[in-house]
Amino acid sequence: MAIFLTKDSRVLVQGMTGAEGTRHTARMLAAGTDVVAGVTPGKGGRSVDFGERTVPVFGSVAEAAEETGADVSVVFVPPKFTASAVEEAVSARVPLCVVITEGVPVHDAIRFRALAAAAGIRIIGPNCPGLISPGQSSAGIIPADITSAGRIGLVSKSGTLTYQLMYELRDLGFSTAVGIGGDPVIGTTHIDCLQAFQDDPATDAIVMIGEIGGDAEERAAAYIAENVTKPVVAYVAGFTAPEGKTMGHAGAIVSGSSGTAQAKKEALEAIGVRVGKTPTETARLMRSALGSR
Amino acid sequence: MDLYEYQAKELFGRHGIPVPAGRVATTPAEARAIATELDAPVVIKAQVKTGGRGKAGGIKPAAGPAAAETAAEHVIGMDIKGHIARRVLVEAATVPFEEYYAAFLVDRAEGGFLAMVSAQGGMEIEELAARDPDAIVKLPIDPVAGVDADTARLLAGKAGLPEQAAEVLEKLWRVLVEEDAVLVEVNPLISTTDQRVMALDGKVTLDDNAAYRHSWEYADESVTLEAQAKAKGLNYVKLDGKVGVIGNGAGLVMSTLDVVAGAGAAPANFLDIGGGASAQVMADGLEIILADPDVKSVLVNVFGGITACDAVANGIVTALQLLGERGHGRPIVVRLDGNNAEVGRRILSDARHPAVRQVSTMDGAAELAARLAAGA
Repeated sequence: MAIFLTKDSRVLVQGMTGAEGTRHTARMLAAGTDVVAGVTPGKGGRSVDFGERTVPVFGSVAEAAEETGADVSVVFVPPKFTASAVEEAVSARVPLCVVITEGVPVHDAIRFRALAAAAGIRIIGPNCPGLISPGQSSAGIIPADITSAGRIGLVSKSGTLTYQLMYELRDLGFSTAVGIGGDPVIGTTHIDCLQAFQDDPATDAIVMIGEIGGDAEERAAAYIAENVTKPVVAYVAGFTAPEGKTMGHAGAIVSGSSGTAQAKKEALEAIGVRVGKTPTETARLMRSALGSR
Repeated sequence: MDLYEYQAKELFGRHGIPVPAGRVATTPAEARAIATELDAPVVIKAQVKTGGRGKAGGIKPAAGPAAAETAAEHVIGMDIKGHIARRVLVEAATVPFEEYYAAFLVDRAEGGFLAMVSAQGGMEIEELAARDPDAIVKLPIDPVAGVDADTARLLAGKAGLPEQAAEVLEKLWRVLVEEDAVLVEVNPLISTTDQRVMALDGKVTLDDNAAYRHSWEYADESVTLEAQAKAKGLNYVKLDGKVGVIGNGAGLVMSTLDVVAGAGAAPANFLDIGGGASAQVMADGLEIILADPDVKSVLVNVFGGITACDAVANGIVTALQLLGERGHGRPIVVRLDGNNAEVGRRILSDARHPAVRQVSTMDGAAELAARLAAGA
């Protein structure tokens, strides 16, 4: 098992015929993903040859889902087309929609998040690296060859920190790693993933990676205190970030006394979650939490 | 992107929200001309993107054109918390009968929109929230339905604002939606003795991601390294230490800054070359960092996901060739891992550049960069 994505997931790629879409579809296939369809409006009826597999292209998500039984959509379309692509996946009732696109207007994200919530559809992202259940399936751009399958769950706002931790703990391996994205408004939160990892029999422990801005980590801490019995270790990036400057992610900004890394660390430590000073120390904490060296 | 007060008020005006008569001036003479035109007592207001300008002396009343010129002379060029006032808003002085607070904003925690309205305006909202949280009415706004006349009346009524304020609230919501703003705030929103409701101040933050669907012409006036980096598509923030930092991905770069600080040195900057960076992007990044004279050593920390480490290595080699003497021999510590890391490491060792040192871990690389910066 794993969370959100397993070997049985049937993945369609919106924007598969674009350069990014094609490149990452090839990588997803190489990671073992069952990519069953591509969707590009106006290009239905074609197919793309990836060597080991030829993937049919459909003109709409509804058609692709109907024909192939796809239950995960990965969105690689440019920002100005992202809202309509996601809304299409939502109205086609694809249960999981992973939005990789960076630069989506926040008003669009709020709107498609609300539509998805009303329809019971899970959105991951936007501006995220997606998720991977190593050895089973990958939906997005997380490199598959830096880690292995195992029993750690990981949730992170940041893509490269996800990779760093997956690499540091590659010998232990992961059930699922989810990059939820660094935008101010995202579909799936830390708490959603913590809940899923807690319920997942294939996950023994959880790494949570946060960063400055907002109060998602504080809320996650409150959630962990009440609901999570599996060991959680955490890492928070941005202790040296000055107030009022956006650090790369649109959501990563310290405003006034709120959103600081220190406040997040304190909130997590107050409920017994150990917080690493560096990614490497965080990996060490996870090893000791799992009782291995 | 934050707007100046005068830009926010121009937007308000276009959406039918009443604002005091006035215009922006860049010289005292212009301020005098505007005051003459208005033919009324005016207020001279420093245009800076920070709070607390009143306390800092950036808002001055002037009885007539001559006083307006003198006040503008005083305010233009004023440094308010590190922000230089290059312009002043010259506006007809308006006496509030009552002061309120109104804002619509993106609520990150809930992933939606939030209205905040209070009958107690004029002070900072954080201050009000701390002193009397019940005085602020907070209402989540359905992103699909938005704010119609009924919702606006409900908001005004709940918060204890006069009926006429409802129309302004509805228009303020339109500003948020139609301008792709993440924040519109009026503090104070006022009523006058003759019962008009008017925005006496305005704060608007636009969503940069939505720029493609607007014809915004809000020029970035800064001539800083940050602006140069932005023009090259790089995400750079200047800090005040000595270790220049380049990495890929916002999270990893933030983390690298922390690890440098943990090694006892202060980072000189944040620079994210983004995902899938080419050799050119890496070279541009290194050039920006080495243009900062405060930088004594550089730490390049890359974990290749999409980014290929051989491209990063080629970028470093190219940049060092291009920069030549301008690098001033400052040491560059490189840590490469992930996608094509071995090829990347080999490219760097084969280049045998005297400034480049490779370290295999992030913590180790940060320690070396910190030590080299201290010794320089």
